Amino acid sequence: MSDAQIWIYVLVALSFGLYIGIAIWSRAGSTKEFYVAGGGVSPLANGMATAADWMSAASFISMAGIISFAGYDGAVYLMGWTGGYVLLALLLAPYLRKFGKFTVPDFIGERYYSKTARVVAVICALIVSFTYVAGQMRGVGIVFSRYLEVDINTGVVIGMVIVLFYAVLGGMKGITYTQVAQYCVLIFAFMVPAIFISIQMTGNPVPQLGFGSTLSDGSGVYLLDKLDGLSTELGFVEYTDGSKSTIDVFAITLALMVGTAGLPHVIVRFFTVKKVRDARKSAGLALLFIAILYTTAPAVAVFARTNLIETVSGKEYDNMPEWFNRWEKTGLIAHEDKNGDGKIQYVASPEINELTVDRDIMVLANPEIADLPAWVIGLIAAGGLAAALSTAAGLLLVISSSVSHDLIKNVLKPDLTEKEELWAARLSAAVAVVIAGYFGINPPGFVAAVVALAFGLAAASFFPAIILGIFYKKMNSKGAISGMIVGLCLMLFYMLKFKFGIFDGGKEAVAGLQQSWWFGVSPEGFGSIAMIVNFIVAIVVNFFTAEPPENVQEIVENIRVPNQAGQAIEH
Amino acid sequence: MSEKQKKATAYWKENLRYLVILLIIWFVVSYGAGILFKDALNTIRLGGFKLGFWFAQQGSIYVFVILIFVYVHLMNKLDKKYGYNED
Repeated sequence: MSDAQIWIYVLVALSFGLYIGIAIWSRAGSTKEFYVAGGGVSPLANGMATAADWMSAASFISMAGIISFAGYDGAVYLMGWTGGYVLLALLLAPYLRKFGKFTVPDFIGERYYSKTARVVAVICALIVSFTYVAGQMRGVGIVFSRYLEVDINTGVVIGMVIVLFYAVLGGMKGITYTQVAQYCVLIFAFMVPAIFISIQMTGNPVPQLGFGSTLSDGSGVYLLDKLDGLSTELGFVEYTDGSKSTIDVFAITLALMVGTAGLPHVIVRFFTVKKVRDARKSAGLALLFIAILYTTAPAVAVFARTNLIETVSGKEYDNMPEWFNRWEKTGLIAHEDKNGDGKIQYVASPEINELTVDRDIMVLANPEIADLPAWVIGLIAAGGLAAALSTAAGLLLVISSSVSHDLIKNVLKPDLTEKEELWAARLSAAVAVVIAGYFGINPPGFVAAVVALAFGLAAASFFPAIILGIFYKKMNSKGAISGMIVGLCLMLFYMLKFKFGIFDGGKEAVAGLQQSWWFGVSPEGFGSIAMIVNFIVAIVVNFFTAEPPENVQEIVENIRVPNQAGQAIEH
Repeated sequence: MSEKQKKATAYWKENLRYLVILLIIWFVVSYGAGILFKDALNTIRLGGFKLGFWFAQQGSIYVFVILIFVYVHLMNKLDKKYGYNED
C-alpha cells in the first residue's frame, strides 16, 4: 500500500468516526428537534452548516474544473451560486424564520390557506430534492472508487449507511452538527492544495490574489496574460473572454441565483435559529464561509489549466509524469495519437486534438500534478466525501419532512401523535436514503444534466410564491397555485424539449434545436424566464379572483416585523 | 389605524427602502459590472486582472458578503429604533 493510500484510509476513517460520534451525541427526541434542530442553533453553527449543506460534491470536485475549461463563462456558477444568498438574507430568511414553522410547504400551505397549495409545494420539493440527491450519492461512490479502489456501488452503499445512521437517528439536529464538522473538513481540504499551488506558481500564498499576480519564474508576466496567450495559441478562446452570449450568461446567472434562494433544503436551515436577527446574521456567515471556497475555485481553475497546458501540450507521450498514467487508467484523461508523432496535441480543433480531459481531474489530481505530499491527497478524499454527504443529508431531511409532516400529518392523517410523527419522519428518511442509493447505483443517464436544472425548477416554482407571499399582502391562493403550476410545467416542458429533445426525436436532435431557443436562452437559464411567467400568471389570476381572508393578511403583517408582532394579531 | 399598526407600517417602509438600495448595488456589481459592461471594464486593469473579469469571478462575491452584513447592521439598528429588538 502506498503512502497516499494509507493517508486516505486514515483520514476518511477519522472523519467518518467523527460524524458518527456527533450523531450519537445529538440524537433527536422530538419532531421539533428532528425537523429544525429544536430551533436553538447558534448563527455561527448554522452558517457553517448551511455552507456545508450548500456546497455539494459538484462545488468541491467539479466546479473548479468546469471554470477551468469555461474561462470567463464559469462566472455564471460563481455569481449564481453566491448571489442567491443576498436574496435569501434580504427577501426570505428573516420572514420565514418569523413565520416559525418547519418546512417550506408549511409556509406555502398556511400563507395560501390551502391544502392544494401545500400538496403542489410538496411535489415541487420532492422533484427538486430527488434530482439533486441522486447526484450526491453518485458523487460519494465516485470518490470512494477513485481513492479507495473499491467499486462505485460499494462506495454508494457505504455512503448510504453513514447518512442513514446520522440522518435517521439525529434528524436536523444530528445533521446540523455533523455539517459543522464537515464544513471544517472540506474547506481545509480545498484550501491546503490551493495555497501550496499558489505559492509554487506565483509566490503569493493567497490564491485569490495569486491568480492575478506575476509568475514566480522571474519573467514578470502576469499569470492570466500567460494563460490567455496559451489559450489563443492552441485555438481556444481567450481565457478571460467567454463564448456564451451575453443574454444567456445573464439568464443562467439569474436562474441560479433565484434557484438558490428557492431551494427548500437551503431555506429550511433558517428555521433552525432562535431569532429573526439570527436568521439574517447566519445568512451572512453562510455566504462568508461559502465565499472562501468560491473565490478560491477560480484561482485553482487558472493554476490547474496553466499547469495542464504546460505539462502536456506538444510534449512526448513517453515522458509524461507518473500521475498522467495513473489517471489514464481511471479514464479521466485519455490520449489518442492521431498523427502518430508520439507527442500530445492539445488544441481546440476536434480533428487535430488528441487529449480528452475530464473536468473533475482538475481538483482530484491537482495535488499530484503539483507534486504535493501524500497526506494532501488523503485530505482531498475526505473533503470530497464531506461535501457529498453533507448535501445528501440536508436533502434527505427535506424529503422526509415533506412526506411525514406535510403529507401524512397535515393532509392524510391529522390525528397523528407527536411520537408517531417522529417515527414517520425516521421511516421516510430511511426510505428516501434507499431510493437515493438506488439512483446512485443505477444512475439514470440524465442525472448530471438534471442537477443543474433543479435550480431552474426551484426558481420557476417556489421563489415567486414565497416572495409574493411576503411582499404582496393581497396575494391569494388561486394566483399562487396557478403561478407555481404554470412555472413548473413550462420549465419541465422547455427542459424536455431543448435538453432531451423528446419532441424532436431524442438526444441527437438537441444540438440542432439551439437556434430555436426562446430569446436565445439555454435550458439552464430558462428558469429565469419561467420565474417571470410564474410572477405574471400569479398576479393576473390574483387580479380576477377574491382577496385572501382577513386572518391571512394579518399573518403577512405579522411576519414582516420581528418580535412582539405576535400581539398585533390579537383583537 | 392603531398606533401599533402605524409603527409596523413605518418600520416596513424603512426596511423596503434598505432593500431597494442594497439590491440595486447587488444588481450593478454582478449583472452590470460582471456581465453587461464586462467588455468595457476589461480595458481597465487591476494588477493581473482585467476589471470586468475580476468583478465576474471575484469582486461581485466580495460585495455580496459585504451587502448582507450591511443589511444585518442596518436592520439591527432599525429593530432597536422601533423597539422590535428581540433581546
